[in-house]
Amino acid sequence: MNSVETKDVHLYYGDFHALKGITMAMRKNQVTAFIGPSGCGKSTYLRCFNRMNDLIDGVKIEGDILIDGVDIYKTNIQVDDLRKHVGMVFQKPNPFPKSIFENVAYGLRVNGTKDKQFIEERVERSLQQAALWDEVKDKLKKSAFELSGGQQQRLCIARALAIEPSVLLMDEPASALDPLSTAKIEELIHQLKENYTIVIVTHNMQQAGRVSDHTAFFYLGELVEYAKTKTIFTNPKDQRTQNYITGRFG
Amino acid sequence: MAFGTPSPSHKSKKLSQSIAFFVFRLLSFSVVAILLVILGFILVQGISVISWEFLTQMPREGMTEGGILPAIVGTLWLVVGSMLFAFPIGVLSGIYINEYAKDSWLKRFVKLMTNNLAGVPSIVFGLFGMTLFVNQLGFGDSILAGSLTLGLLALPVVIRTTEEALKSIDNSFRVGSLALGATKWQTTSRVVLPMAFPNIITGLILSIGRVSGETAPILFTVAAYFLPKLPNSIFDQVMALPYHLYVISTSGTNIEASRAMAYGTAFVLIVIVLLVNLLANWLRRYYGKKVKMN
Amino acid sequence: MKRNFHKLGEKLIEGVITASGLVTSITVLLIVFYLFKEGLGIFSQTPVAEGSLLAVNRQNQVSELSAAQVKDIFDQEITNWQEVGGANAPIKLFEIDDITAYYTEEQLGPDFAFLPQRINEVVAKDPHILAYFPDEYLAHNFPGKRIELANISLGDFLAGRQWYPTIQPAVQLGVLPLILGTLWVSLGAILIALPLGLATAIYLAEIADPKVRNFLKPVIELLAGIPSVVYGFFGLVVIVPLIQDVFGLPVGETALAGSIVLGIMALPTIISVSEDAMRTTPRAMKEASLALGANKWQTIYKVIIPYSVSGISTAAILGIGRAIGETMAVLMVTGNASVIPHTFLEPVRTIPATIAAELGEAPQGGIHYQALFALGCILFLMTLAINLTVDFVSAKKKENR
Ligand SMILES: Nc1ncnc2c1ncn2[C@@H]1O[C@H](COP(=O)(O)OP(=O)(O)O)[C@@H](O)[C@H]1O
Ligand SMILES: [Mg+2]
Repeated sequence: MNSVETKDVHLYYGDFHALKGITMAMRKNQVTAFIGPSGCGKSTYLRCFNRMNDLIDGVKIEGDILIDGVDIYKTNIQVDDLRKHVGMVFQKPNPFPKSIFENVAYGLRVNGTKDKQFIEERVERSLQQAALWDEVKDKLKKSAFELSGGQQQRLCIARALAIEPSVLLMDEPASALDPLSTAKIEELIHQLKENYTIVIVTHNMQQAGRVSDHTAFFYLGELVEYAKTKTIFTNPKDQRTQNYITGRFG
Repeated sequence: MAFGTPSPSHKSKKLSQSIAFFVFRLLSFSVVAILLVILGFILVQGISVISWEFLTQMPREGMTEGGILPAIVGTLWLVVGSMLFAFPIGVLSGIYINEYAKDSWLKRFVKLMTNNLAGVPSIVFGLFGMTLFVNQLGFGDSILAGSLTLGLLALPVVIRTTEEALKSIDNSFRVGSLALGATKWQTTSRVVLPMAFPNIITGLILSIGRVSGETAPILFTVAAYFLPKLPNSIFDQVMALPYHLYVISTSGTNIEASRAMAYGTAFVLIVIVLLVNLLANWLRRYYGKKVKMN
Repeated sequence: MKRNFHKLGEKLIEGVITASGLVTSITVLLIVFYLFKEGLGIFSQTPVAEGSLLAVNRQNQVSELSAAQVKDIFDQEITNWQEVGGANAPIKLFEIDDITAYYTEEQLGPDFAFLPQRINEVVAKDPHILAYFPDEYLAHNFPGKRIELANISLGDFLAGRQWYPTIQPAVQLGVLPLILGTLWVSLGAILIALPLGLATAIYLAEIADPKVRNFLKPVIELLAGIPSVVYGFFGLVVIVPLIQDVFGLPVGETALAGSIVLGIMALPTIISVSEDAMRTTPRAMKEASLALGANKWQTIYKVIIPYSVSGISTAAILGIGRAIGETMAVLMVTGNASVIPHTFLEPVRTIPATIAAELGEAPQGGIHYQALFALGCILFLMTLAINLTVDFVSAKKKENR
């Protein structure tokens, strides 16, 4: 079953043609990795799935994007409902200037949850899912800025999980972290895929190899090749993919 | 699960957002409306008073008729005088802070003091100017004393804009010049200052606007209630536009009869500020374009 | 040779630049020096009008009175010596002009030559008299007792409720009504300006589309440049009569008029400082909020405002600072009555307005003159405190990033 599906997606930043007709489908409860040299449009494509590109002036999008079968650019779609359904973790950890607890509770609160006990339970569960609970359970009232970079990123993951999205988008979630924290995040992705569909952008090919089931290679706004991760890394069909994974450019 | 139809929480979120945005828009537009009403009111009331006679004649009949020439001339003297003082010292001071001062307690102290001077109320400048320039140094009530007082008031503005202008210039230009064997002053005067010049000038122009409208600092240092002659030297007293407006609107011999004169004077003051702002904006844009073309 | 010359030139220029850099610091120090030198002078002065004295009969137990007591006695609010620590007897006031009620012109002699002698007689005769007369008529064999007035103390000055700097025989220099007047008007101004200014800042920073913003921003900046005397004039011809009509007051010159005018004047500062603060909210922070399903308004009040709270408080403090120090506009619209304010519909008088209105008439070096400088000191300290708070808040903000 496909969780995310796009048909012939074009995106323009003003005159600049950033995505050139991308058609692909991402399976439910699988990890799909986007790789490719920087500037090739991975983030841009990813940000289409929760309509984050709407925030940028002068963006024009063509084609269809379906999440769990719903066309998300249809007029009666509410972006805030969509974003509740499609969570996102950013490149740099970006906690709010609030306590650890309030960071995780944020999504629930803005989506109208008032029940205190429910919120407390959900916060705890999300922090556990993000493998952060044991480290922070005694200081939930402390500012999120007191955590280390790796902890902050796991907090951001917990924050995204708290509203139970079905799809989780991760844009280079470990690129600003040290190797130890990176390993923890990768471990986490493994566990999360049981319940979530995960799309992860990475420029680190070992990482893509370690965490993903399928891998898509982008180049200059085009989807060059999309296949099982094993296939991409051992037997790429396209010369450009071959060049990239063997480190000849990028 | 499904998000194809708007969720219940979405509706209440949307409603509160609509209300909030409506209120903010309303308040913002009323703020701007208030401000425009003030401007418009004075411009409309004042325009009918403005005539060649009004701008070029002495006040007559207890300042209920005639013109405001001595006040215009007086303000001009004060602006020129204060800028002659504040501009060089302010720019040099900005250069000191951004280019010369080492990162030491002295620099921090100077910055702190400049900040504090900027926050000193204008009436305190008046008290200070009166004790130091009028009495202590014996300048008496004079253009000299008034200009120095106003100059001190404008100093922090000039320093800050100079500092900002210098800060915005990339360090590579300085390093490049120094690497070619230029001295620090050569680098500053030939490379850094010319690049910062447009912004510095903009600051200067804005401080002219500020100085020409200040009343409290000149009350006890130069301003004359009524003096139907033009000054001959910097040791003369003068009338000034803002003080004149204050006088004829609150304590003239016949407040009602001088109302028209007051509107005219307020008009002139506003026009000065408008011109100064337009000029500053124009300069900003003009130089902005030039820089881009290079 | 040429090299050395160059080096000398560089040194010279550096000297000039450093000297210029020190001008503001020196100015601030000089301001402090002169303000306090003149202002502290009042604490070594007695509040009796210069060249005059107060005296009583020798039998009177009272030998010291405070300035406030003297005023009350001469206002006939205190009429019995008992009230000021003396015997139970009515106070008999005697001022120099009253002498004609005691003696004929002949008895006073040509050019009042016998006046000192006559005063001696009057004071000696009446045990309950309180005489007030110029020094020059004090005879060397004066039979009465001079009343000493205590020097003005800091407590009297700050907590005194009456500001009558020229009243005879003892000036009243209580600045409490002026301090409260200043704070009152400024408080009103900030109550008006803060909500309006914040709303406008939020609108400009986050809601308005760029076209609207590009129109509104310069208009607001322009208004920061309008001279305060013009705002005062507008207040005088529009707001004051309006308040008078709306509230049916005898006069429209009130604290409210001052607050409205000051509020309008503080708006540009508050708007631009808080808008700048909100604009520094990192994009990533806003995106994180939106990505969690928050809408724009939730993002504004749950993320952007908390994030820029220190900038917003800076804006508020700067706005208050502007209001406290403003002179001309307040002078023109508040009515300048030196009474402790109770409502916004009464006239009040602020510290800057007092200085501006009275310094021209205060003889240099006199107690009134010094009192006005002391007011300048208070004003200076208030704004210094505000500046330091702002410095502190913004330093703290940097630390937190
Ligand atoms: N907001 C924007 N406005 C204009 N161009 C943009 C914007 N964001 C990204 N781009 C351009 O689109 C292309 C793709 O960017 P991006 O999706 O961020 O690449 P990647 O994530 O693969 O490194 C780049 O050439 C980039 O310069
Ligand atoms: Mg990217």
